[in-house]
Amino acid sequence: MNALEYVNDVAKERATSVRKAKDGDNYAAFPEFREGDMITVAVRVVEGEKERLQNFKGIVIAMHSGGINKSFTIRKISNGVGVERVFPFYSPMIQSISLEKKGRVRRAKLYYLRGMSEKKIRQKLS
Amino acid sequence: MKSAILGKKIGMTSVFTENGTQVPVTVIEAGPCTVVNLRTIDRDGYKAVQIGYGEVRENKLNKPDKGYFAKQGVEPVKMLKEFRDPKNTYEVGQELTVGQFEIGDKVNVVATSKGRGFQGVMKRHHFGGVGMGTHGQSDRQRHPGSIGSSSYPSRVFKGMRMAGRMGGKRISIRNIQVFDILPERNIILLKGSIPGPNNSVIQIVKL
Repeated sequence: MNALEYVNDVAKERATSVRKAKDGDNYAAFPEFREGDMITVAVRVVEGEKERLQNFKGIVIAMHSGGINKSFTIRKISNGVGVERVFPFYSPMIQSISLEKKGRVRRAKLYYLRGMSEKKIRQKLS
Repeated sequence: MKSAILGKKIGMTSVFTENGTQVPVTVIEAGPCTVVNLRTIDRDGYKAVQIGYGEVRENKLNKPDKGYFAKQGVEPVKMLKEFRDPKNTYEVGQELTVGQFEIGDKVNVVATSKGRGFQGVMKRHHFGGVGMGTHGQSDRQRHPGSIGSSSYPSRVFKGMRMAGRMGGKRISIRNIQVFDILPERNIILLKGSIPGPNNSVIQIVKL
């Protein structure tokens, strides 16, 4: 194993241990998910001294590989406006991920969902 | 005390901090280095420490090199480098590891930048280029333009920035932060980027 891989592994372990230390008994490993799935991401939001959780629920439209820089994009429609958010997979700011619904898609990148209505998306993913 | 070490640039990656920010880091495999020789005022007229880095096979050494390492009583190394050390705080045979640095230290890094060959003024000196691609002018978009006046001075001033060899030079960067140290693998993580290609040898000095 070369040094770069070693550093990445250490960094991943540390990110997980930070999450374990913060959550204690509430810690749970991420479920497996892929493009097309509906997931909820609980994100830590720091407001001054306090920390609270904010949920972001939507469809995974893309997964970006890249070792420690791995990330995924979630799209949801909020009050009629499409909102997309990119999460770093190993960020300690993600408290948990829960899989809401499996989607059935044949593409790795679902950017074509951007132009569709909610109804159309629902039909497309089931 | 001044600490110095030689290392190899492995590559860049990023690391998360506890508050969730992602920090770009350069991974350096540094040391262990051996102190091979000391320069003293009496003998050499200046004070410095000569350190060696890298493994080398016995059959790669010539006789003078072998003799030198045998005389100093240290294992042969691939390369030697001197660092000024006004206090002569080292001993011959001493091993230098990443342990001499601490997380949060500010260090200076010396490396050879990536060689880019013969480059034009736009890449080499960030010139803007000349004119436009149309209106009868089609062949000097990346040119330097005028390099001086006419009858006075009737010559081109010294140091005029022109096209030429770019990169491959010794570059020092000051005040790079040591982000983390992994002594079990002789790894040191420096915040941000450092000059040069991967697998090149760099010097890390803490003043």
